[in-house]
Parts: sequence; C-alpha cells; structure tokens
Amino acid sequence: MNRSAIDLWVGIFVAIGLAAIVFLALKVGNLTSFNTDASYRLDARFDNIGGLKVRAPVKAAGVVVGRVDRIRLDPKTYEAVVGLKIDNGYQFTKDSIASILTSGLLGEVYIGIDAGGDTVMLADGGTIAKTQSAVVLEKLIGQFLFDKASNAGSGK
Amino acid sequence: MPADALAHGLRRLGAGAINAVSRLGYSTRFFAVVLMHSPAAFRRTRLTMREIYFAGTLSLVIIMVSGLFVGMVLGLQGYDSLNKYGAGESLGIFVGLSLVRELGPVVAGLLFASRAGSAITAEIGLMKTTEQLAAMEMMAVDPLARIVAPRFWGGVISMPLLAALFSMMGVFGAYLVGVRLIGVDSGAFWGNMRAAIEFWPDITNGIIKSVVFGVAVSLIAVFEGYDAKPTAEGVSSATTRTVVGASLAILALDFILTVFMFRGLGR
Repeated sequence: MNRSAIDLWVGIFVAIGLAAIVFLALKVGNLTSFNTDASYRLDARFDNIGGLKVRAPVKAAGVVVGRVDRIRLDPKTYEAVVGLKIDNGYQFTKDSIASILTSGLLGEVYIGIDAGGDTVMLADGGTIAKTQSAVVLEKLIGQFLFDKASNAGSGK
Repeated sequence: MPADALAHGLRRLGAGAINAVSRLGYSTRFFAVVLMHSPAAFRRTRLTMREIYFAGTLSLVIIMVSGLFVGMVLGLQGYDSLNKYGAGESLGIFVGLSLVRELGPVVAGLLFASRAGSAITAEIGLMKTTEQLAAMEMMAVDPLARIVAPRFWGGVISMPLLAALFSMMGVFGAYLVGVRLIGVDSGAFWGNMRAAIEFWPDITNGIIKSVVFGVAVSLIAVFEGYDAKPTAEGVSSATTRTVVGASLAILALDFILTVFMFRGLGR
C-alpha cells in the first residue's frame, strides 16, 4: 500500500476517533452545561443533610446554578457544613433560603435556593443563614404514626 | 531425600523469582530506551503513520462491531434489571457510565491486545528470528528507533481513539435497543445520561484509562517481540505471553486506576 493511501486511512481513523471523543463530550457528557472555573464559594449549615452527596446540583427555580463542593460536620455544633460552588453569573440575596430537596421519590438529592428580597448579595465565602434540612422519611413516618396514636388515644 | 526435594523446590522458586524480577527490570529499562528513541519515531512520521494504520485503522471494524453488540446487550440487560425498580428511564445513565468509565477502555484494550498487540509481537519476533534486526544493526540503523518506537507510539496513539469509538458505538447500540426496540423515551434516555455524566471526571478518566492501557499493551507487545527467543516456538510463546500479559495488565491497571479515580465520588 502506498504512502498517500495510508495517510488517507490514518486520517479517516483519527478523524472518526476524535469525532467519537467530541460525541462523548457533548452528547453523552454535559461539557457545555456548567463551567466550574468561574465560580465562587458559599457555605450553608444544615441540621441534617439526609442523602446529599458531593457534586450534587444546586438549583434555583429548577435551574442548575452550582454544585456541592464538600460536606463536613462542625465538631462543636454538630451541624453539617455544606460548601457550595456557585457559578459567577448568579448572585443570591443575603436572606436566601437553602433547602435540601429530592426530585421524585427515588430521584437525586439536590439543594434548592430560594432568593429573598434583601438588597445585599452574598459574597464569596459567605454563609446562607436560613436553611431547611432534608426530610428524612423514617422520621416523617414515625411522626405520622405517633400523631395517629395520640389522636386515637384522645378520641376515646 | 525429603530435604533434597525441599531444597530443589526452593531453588526453583528462587530461580523463578529472580527471573521475574530481572524481566521486570529489563522491561522497565526497555521502556526508558524506547522513550529515548521516540523523537526519531516522530521525526519520521511516515513510519508511525504506517503503524497507526496497522494498529488503529485495521482495528476499526472489530472495535466498532464489538462496541455495538456490547451496547445492545447492555441495553437489554440494563433495561431488564432497571425496570424491576421502575427505573427503566435511567437506562441512559447505566449504559453511558458503564461504557465511558469501564467497558470502553477495558474491552477495547482487550480487543486491541489480541488484535494489534499479538501482531506487533509476532512481527518483531519474526524479524529477530530471521536476523533482520541484527542486519539493521550491521547497517548502523538502530532497530529501536526504526522498528520498535514507531510501533509503540502507533499503539499509544490508536488506543484512546479506539476506546472512544467503542464507547460511542456502545451508546448507539444501547440507543437502538433501548429506545427503538424496547421503547424507552428518547428524551429521557439522552437527558438522564447527560445529566448524570460529567465530562470531568467521567469522560476524562475514561480517556486517561485508555491512554494508560495503550502504553501498557504497546510496551508489552514490543518488549515481548524484542525479547522473543529467535525460534518459531519462541515467537509463538512470545505472542501468547503478549496477549495473556497485556490482558492481565489491563485488568489489574483498571482496578488500580478505578481505586484512585472513583474512590471519592460515592460518598
């Protein structure tokens, strides 16, 4: 086989291979949707984070605006401190509420941010003061049963 | 007598250990020498191009067909299992993650080792048997620069592209079975997949894996060929060692890389 034919076939091979990588990046992965470089950090303290994991999405009005960067326990207050990385394009007011939510019954756990009416915005390294912990299903069921039992007791 | 047998056994064990360590050291030095001769392979791009053609382009068909079938089987089995939990819509996540992270690099690497790696070993081994390598040295042509380095780099360059192609065909195969045949919603298939798979680290880690496997398979192939006993039997056993050793190396390296890459993600 002569040289130009080999070059042609190698060119075709490399082009198909690179196209496959681009396909994986754009169609299978989500390279375009979120850029982690231009982001700032926020902290949020929760009594209970439930099944929240690192890299879980942070959403405002359903739009992904950032990711959970790290999770640790405050050894003094026994609160979970969740570090968030928020895209630089989004600013949140100082009285925003962060809550841990689940999409669907078995869906992924994420953090929802509801913006408030304050005029002061949270800066890099700031802490979201108002938070709402995860709903732990076992506690909820326990509470429901407890209420039922006490209602039945008082009805007699 | 039992003492003699014991001493004999221990001697064989010792000889085996020394042999294994010395081969490991020899192959490591060989790796360093190949890297030192690599600039020559890139100066004469024609030689490397030819090897990419033999290792990469000619592997296209087997890689793409295998990827398609692996993807179709993943689609069927994955849907069957996921649907038990009512999560059939998550088929895209299951297929995409398993292909991009593991199956793409590993299965493409195994196929690459048996198709291209064995051919490289047999070719170099036969050149050694027929004293072509010695003749080159006589003519002051360094066989490491002329024969070994281009084959090594041809394999290293081809492998990540083949792994990406395998993953792409696999996702396509799963799409055919999952969406076209079974009837998973097309939007859920692609949307869930894109929501769950990150370019960094999922896809980049897959690419890193395939590069590492490419280096391992190509090194084992050229080393076994260069180190083969110059007999017909020596070449055949060297080819076998390439396929067996490269396959085991891929699986062991895959475990080690997976430990480092995905240890922190599940928490």
